[in-house]
Amino acid sequence: MSGSEVVIVGGGVTGLSAGWWLARSGVKVTVLDKFIVGWEASGRNGGGASHYASPLFDEEQRLWPQMDELLGYPTEHRKGRILIAMTERQWEQYRFIAERHKRLDHPVELLDVKQIQEAVPLAGDNSFGGIHYKFGGHANPQRSVQAYAWALQDLGGKIIQHSPVTGFETAGGKVTAVKTANATYGCDSVVVAAGPQIPQLMAQLGVDVPLAAARAEMIITEPAPMMPLGGVDGHKIYGRQTLRGNLAYGGGPHEWLDVDATGPAARPSTPLARNLAKRLAEMLPKAAHLNVIRSWAGVIENSPDGRPIIDRLTSPDNVVVASMSSVGFGLSPASGHAIRDLVIDGKCSFADIDLLKLSRFDGLEKDWREKRGWMPIS
Amino acid sequence: MELNFTGTDICAVNGTRSAPEARYDVVVVGAGPSGIAAAVEHATAGKSVLLVDENPVSGALMGNDTPLYFGGRMTAATQNSERMLEAIFMSMPDLEKAMDAGAELLLGTTAWGVYRNGPGVASLPDQVVGLADAERSWMVGFGTIVLATGARDLAMAFPGWNQPGVMGAAALQMLLTRYDAFAGRRVLVLGSHDLALETALVAQARGIEVAGLIEVRDVPQGSADLVAQVKAAGISITCGTTIASAKGGIDGVESATLTSGETIACDTVCVAIGLVPSIELVDAMHGPRALNPTRGGYVPAGEASVIAVGDCAGLNDSGFDHIAYRMDWMRALTAVTTNDTIICQCEEVTRADLIGIQPPNYLPRPAAMCARSLETLLKDGPANPDQIKRLTRSGMGVCQGRRCRDQVAMLLALESGTPYGTIPLASHRAPVRPLPLKILAEWDEPAEMEAAWDVWFGIPTQWVPVEDIGTPYQDEHREMLYTGMYK
Repeated sequence: MSGSEVVIVGGGVTGLSAGWWLARSGVKVTVLDKFIVGWEASGRNGGGASHYASPLFDEEQRLWPQMDELLGYPTEHRKGRILIAMTERQWEQYRFIAERHKRLDHPVELLDVKQIQEAVPLAGDNSFGGIHYKFGGHANPQRSVQAYAWALQDLGGKIIQHSPVTGFETAGGKVTAVKTANATYGCDSVVVAAGPQIPQLMAQLGVDVPLAAARAEMIITEPAPMMPLGGVDGHKIYGRQTLRGNLAYGGGPHEWLDVDATGPAARPSTPLARNLAKRLAEMLPKAAHLNVIRSWAGVIENSPDGRPIIDRLTSPDNVVVASMSSVGFGLSPASGHAIRDLVIDGKCSFADIDLLKLSRFDGLEKDWREKRGWMPIS
Repeated sequence: MELNFTGTDICAVNGTRSAPEARYDVVVVGAGPSGIAAAVEHATAGKSVLLVDENPVSGALMGNDTPLYFGGRMTAATQNSERMLEAIFMSMPDLEKAMDAGAELLLGTTAWGVYRNGPGVASLPDQVVGLADAERSWMVGFGTIVLATGARDLAMAFPGWNQPGVMGAAALQMLLTRYDAFAGRRVLVLGSHDLALETALVAQARGIEVAGLIEVRDVPQGSADLVAQVKAAGISITCGTTIASAKGGIDGVESATLTSGETIACDTVCVAIGLVPSIELVDAMHGPRALNPTRGGYVPAGEASVIAVGDCAGLNDSGFDHIAYRMDWMRALTAVTTNDTIICQCEEVTRADLIGIQPPNYLPRPAAMCARSLETLLKDGPANPDQIKRLTRSGMGVCQGRRCRDQVAMLLALESGTPYGTIPLASHRAPVRPLPLKILAEWDEPAEMEAAWDVWFGIPTQWVPVEDIGTPYQDEHREMLYTGMYK
């Protein structure tokens, strides 16, 4: 593969990580993005990196502590997470989760209120208890996305921004070029990692990829004093204390959308910021006085079972399609590796990812979105 | 795992939001002269009208230069909210006219976000404005919203600007004329356009010593009449020079030195170079806006139900190109600032780190990072302030970019060799004023919200550990963690 050309459609965290992994293998990589790298969901998420449900989990855990060094740029990665239960029901659920982790040999520890407050001084004495994940962690999505992009460039890869992909050229059962409004990029292989726009792009190749897009929201406060452990989840919200001290949190109901080939028309936040503020103030009562200074929204796509689609197609046979199904940032070191393996070797070298094949949706009912209620409000 | 789809996603936002607490035909944001006039007009026409104004804001917010650039030169009187409220009524007798006309008036009430259905959102029950006072926040529906939010101070960096005593002209005028709460005695004014001239005259009329006006261009810029008044008042206008630095001690500014070498004793440097229309609400709601150099910057482009009036719609158009004027100041100040001059005060971002696209000091800067700069970033595409703020944190602090957003854009224009108008406006986001979690929180949210609330999408198959798929643990997982979806 060395010397061959791979075009990656989509400069989100998945496409950039794939590009970086390919460039590390000596492949000539060009990443095409409709705007600026990481501008959509990759730069708008909670930064969590603890995805035990994924076949890519072990690789995610192996790689994150090395990413600053491997990329050459800071990602703000920190290890460990705490989940705080604020209701009796949550405490029951979290103890169930802890038992499950123990069964799967993921290191966890149950915490009482005092132990929580030691690690998370902004917590009050109003919690029921917590779990300390001695694995996983969090990083800064925006800084990490740019780190992948820069590291890829440092290895000779190209990033072409402000260049939405408009179509493909095919010949002999392969994609031979990727087209934008201004240029055509010849290629030996293609990675389509364009998030919510994947279905429209793949439809041009006659491939049906079932994905539905939705909007989710976050808020961020002014900086608080740094806590011993910043990766604090719980009370049905997710987020982190940034290394600057801000509390960045999301969660709660999403809104299903239709997204056309040009991508999300807008990413408006809504008064949901008030419901996020309520839960954050309940979970971290000593932060209740902190000012919220921004809210934002991002648009993410989900597959019918909520699991990623990472697959090398049979026809055209030089295309890898990759959607992380709304859980892409944390897994990005591993998803890029898997995509690299599929492009170069046709097979993932470090995990069994058959679960993520597109063919699992063969025979999916046409009205799968309607059945799930994953429809935009009309 | 058999999933029994019901056609409804109970974790979707549909039907979970509270209805607005009240609805008015017209909500007017800002009770300055334009806002009052709009309130009177609509109330007289028989419309239900709510008139809100964020002033008096808390002393803590003023300390964060919100909404104006107060520069820490408030007296202790600004800590007394009752006195401040009284001062507003005393200084604005027309408020009573609005109330007499039937408008409902809420002072000390911030409009922090405007929301409506449109691209990307269809779940709102009405078009609503988020309000907050010192106790709580709430939502109000409206037929028309009139934005009379005025204009805010343009801040610009020079060595020593990041200390108490460097402040804006609108803030100084507000402290002098509305609150009688200015803590300075001797003011040096930067600029000589109408804003600077008027500010100097107001200050002197209130017994403040004006140490002079400093003008970067070769001649005074304001109207001949105002220039004559200032000269008649014995106030000097020094042209063709700029401030080189401000020096001071624990209480802030004590003197300013000009590029000519002259040192001027003063406890306040008033940056009166320009005002920027306060379009935060319009931009945060994705309303259309356009750059208008003779009206002071980006102004709302106008919509049927979102109407801007007064300075929010743009400064009085006298044909003066405010952007060209500011860029002249920027060029001159760029010659006196140094690599370690702070540009973003909240996040302590220096000029070198801004232009170097370097991360904050609490992060490492390995060799590859040090090799990056605005110059390398520009090879990927045009300068975008939102991208640069993500990397450098400039504009990401508690003042929400009020002190540095405009000058960062100007600096990017200069450094990238492109016109100011090609630099995108850094996005504003709700809440457009800093709001404590406990105030912003919807404490009495509908039960439907809690019922729909999941940490993520509530898709049962999304979080089953891969090892558990196809085992009895899978159903146990769903039973325990997903209490509603697909059951």
